[in-house]
This record gives sequence, C-alpha cells and structure tokens, in this order.
Amino acid sequence: MRLLKDALARRAMGLLSALPGFLVLLIVVGLFLKSKAILGVEPLSRLLFSSAWHPLKGQFGLLPFITGTMWVTVTALVLAVPVSILAAIYLSEYAPRWIREGAKPVVDLLAGLPSVVYGVWGVILVVPFVGNVLAPLAGVYSSGYSILAGGIVLAIMTFPTIIHVSLEVFASVPRSLRDASLSLGATKWETTRHVVLRKGAQGILAASVLGFSRAFGETMAVLMVVGNVPAVPRSVFDPGYPLPALIANNYGEMMSIPRYDAALMTAALVLMLIVLFFNVLARRILVRVEKRVQ
Amino acid sequence: MNGQPPISIRDLSVYYGDLRVLKNINLDIPAKKITVIIGPSGCGKTTLLKSLNRLLDTDEGVRIRGEVVLDGENIYAPRTEVTRIRKKMGLLSQKPQVLPMSIYENVAYGPRIHGLRAKKGLDLRVEHYLKVAGLWEEVKDRLREPASVLSVGQQQRLCLARGLAVEPEIILGDEPTSALDPQSSQNVERRLMELKQEYTVVVVTHILRQARRVADYLAFLYLGELVEHGPAAEVFANPRDPRTRAYLTGEIS
Repeated sequence: MRLLKDALARRAMGLLSALPGFLVLLIVVGLFLKSKAILGVEPLSRLLFSSAWHPLKGQFGLLPFITGTMWVTVTALVLAVPVSILAAIYLSEYAPRWIREGAKPVVDLLAGLPSVVYGVWGVILVVPFVGNVLAPLAGVYSSGYSILAGGIVLAIMTFPTIIHVSLEVFASVPRSLRDASLSLGATKWETTRHVVLRKGAQGILAASVLGFSRAFGETMAVLMVVGNVPAVPRSVFDPGYPLPALIANNYGEMMSIPRYDAALMTAALVLMLIVLFFNVLARRILVRVEKRVQ
Repeated sequence: MNGQPPISIRDLSVYYGDLRVLKNINLDIPAKKITVIIGPSGCGKTTLLKSLNRLLDTDEGVRIRGEVVLDGENIYAPRTEVTRIRKKMGLLSQKPQVLPMSIYENVAYGPRIHGLRAKKGLDLRVEHYLKVAGLWEEVKDRLREPASVLSVGQQQRLCLARGLAVEPEIILGDEPTSALDPQSSQNVERRLMELKQEYTVVVVTHILRQARRVADYLAFLYLGELVEHGPAAEVFANPRDPRTRAYLTGEIS
C-alpha cells in the first residue's frame, strides 16, 4: 500500500513537472493551427517583411509591428543595461551592507509592480517629458507617444531583472580573486573593471538577455505610451506599434474581417518564438557560466 | 640586520565587531629573511598577514588599532595611499587565484595598472618574472592561453610571478602551499628560499615541518596573541613559553 502511494506520488509529480513544458508546446501548436488560415494563403515572406497593414484589403504585413517591437526593446535595453549594471556594481562592490540589503527588497518590489501602474506613470510623466523636453532638444517634433517613451518605461521595468541577476553574478566572483587584484595595488575600480566584470561577463550577458525577453513581451505599459501607429518607425521619436500591443488592442474587436484573427495569431506566434529564442539563449549562457565558475 | 626592520608592527589590535582577533601584537620583521607565522587555525595568522597590506580594510565591520610601520611610515595613517602600500607587497593566497585572462596578461596586469604601457617593456617584465617563478619553460609557447588551463601548482607559480612583476619589497604568503601537491609545494618552497636573497618574505603556515624547513625567524600566534617570536633555530630548540612548547610537540593544534 505504501509502495503504491509512493509510486503514485512519483508519477503524479513527474506528470505535473512535465506540464509546463507541455503547455509551451501546446501553445505553439495551437497558435500555429490558428494561423494556418493565413499561412496557407499568404507567403510567409509577405507576412513577415511587408509593411502594408490594411486588413480591409486583406493585406496583413507584420513588419511595422515586428520592427516596432525591436525598436522599443532595443531602446529599452540601451537605456537599461548600462544603468542596471552600474547600479549592480555599486550595490555589490561599493555600497555598505545595510544599503545592499535594503536595496534588494526594493528592487524585487519594482519587479512586482503591475505594469499598468508603470503605464499610467509613463503617460503622466514620460510622454510629456519626451514630447516637450527631449524632442525639442533633438530638434524634432513628437507628440511624446513614441518609441522612446515606450523604451524608457520598459527600461525602468527591466531594471529589477537585470540588477537582480547581475548581483547574483557578482556575488559568485570569489572574494579572494578581488583580493588578488587589490594586493597588486589595483584600485577598486580597476579590480571591478578588469576582474569582476570580466569574470562575470557571460553572466551579465545572460542577465541582459533575460531582461530582453521580458521586454519583448511586455504589453500594457508599452501599449499605453508608444502611440500605436502601424508604420515602420524611422526614429525613436516616431510612434510605434509593437506586436503585443497589436494583439491586445485588436483581438476580439474586428473579427468580422476575414483572416484577421489568423493574422493576429501569426503575430502571437512570431512573438512567442522570439521570446522563446531569447530565453533558451539566456539559459544556455547561464549554464555555461555555472560550469566555468566551478 | 642593520638599520630599520622593513615592517614593524606596533600595538596592533584587530576587532571584528566586538570580537578581538588580534591582541596588541608587537613584532619586527627582519629584512631579507623568511619570517614564518605559525599557530593553530583560527588564531589570527591570516588576519595578521592581511593587516600588513591593508587587505583587512575590505572586510566589513573590522576595526584596527595600532600601527604597522613600513619603511618608516605608518600604513594606517589617515592619508596613506593604500594602492602604493599594496604595490610594495606581493601576496600568495591559499588557493591560487588567477585572474580571468591569459597567462601573459596575468603577469602584465600589475605593471600595466602602475603605468608600464610599452609592449617591449611588458614583454621583458613578463618573461623575467616567469623565469624567476620557475614557470617560463612550461608556458613560453602558450602565453596567450587563459591562465585557467594551468595546473594548480603552475597557477600558484603564476601568482608568484604576477606578484613579483609589480616589483615589491616584500612577499606575503598565506599558507601558499596548502592547496598544492607535495611536488608543487616543494617547488614553491624552493622559490621562496631563493627569493629571500632579494625580498623580505612573510609566510603563514600551519604545517610545522614546512616552518622548520624555511623559517629564519619564527612567530607563534595563539588565540590572537603573539606568544613568542625569535630566530627560528632558537625557538624550535628552546621554546620559552609552555604554550609554544605544547604546540611544537603537537599537544595543541
């Protein structure tokens, strides 16, 4: 009887732990099946690389949305990565213990804030800031609802992820390695730059990629500030229309248009594959880092 | 030994929070000899060693009282430039800590941060100190490979070369052979014996036989207290303090 329970428990738990993997597969397959209605009639190249988005004419070029996603994400990371890494360096190498220990929960709290809060904050503060201050400084006109506003909001949302992982990476660099550099007469900054950062380089990369995949899929906050104009953006002051925003804004709205929902499903599939790709990449890098640290 | 000792420790006490790990240490370290600090683990040996190049500063919650006088200058004086003090000493740690870069870069790292940029000069410096550390023949054809490919024994000699390359006056060793196999240990010991011609060497160890082999001057530390010190031969032959005697005969360890 007890043996039976044991076997049962093992099976059940095995099954449960296989579930997430199975779900991912199920989602991809489901999206694919749903997209078939359009994948069958439109060539893939036209879907992915055409910028003509005219659902009423049956044209579903996803390029504006893919580029919109890329623009916002890249802008966010250009802003977030240096700042987060510098912050993590400060917390790990320079800050006294009480600041470090105090900052950790705050950083994690930032990660837990609902994204609509970031969105509202972006509309109230970031959008006017971009429209009234940054755009005139750059000598262009912008309503403020732009790639840059989306990037800034998104950057702030990815800080916690990157800072958190970077802190772990820095903590894995042994103290005696720092001492070795310091004992040669290197300053703290030289030690950080040449030894700690170099030792942690791959981990930092993984942290950034993790930030990346979070940024790709973020919907709400970006949707609220990015302008949502289906055209390929030419500068960070242009509005954009990332994939998640497209799906969230339109799904269930204009379903009477033929193949519209299939186009949205394709958009979701593309997004899913992009995020999956970056997640797998980050995992692989992290695993390699762990191997090397041992 | 004529003139001042290169390092003079005066009334040095070290506290971690409320815990006093070193109690009023007074010790003159003789020039161009090997001074060995012995004592059971946890007696403060490493703390004493790290106080000499101010690596203790990097610990949190540490307080240091007293003076360490190096070349006539108190290294704990408020305006002392720490990097200049540390440049005067090379450190060998318990486990070799190679920097995450190539063999060549490991040795060139120190000279480079102290302003030596010319490639020719760096090449010469790297080759010279790899030879002094007895590693040149083994690595001369693969200087660009990452230092982590070396064996542990080779890594420790690389660390020695790296420490020497900043041209210090003093070599500090924190149980520098404890992670090494017997042959590599012997190799490192032999290097230290050669180096005392030109450098003042301070080594911490808990291996008594090693202390007997290399020590010119011996200091016995017990529970944070400097119990006894003097020329090694004398202390080994004739320990004055009963605690030293007990330690040397293996009654306490």
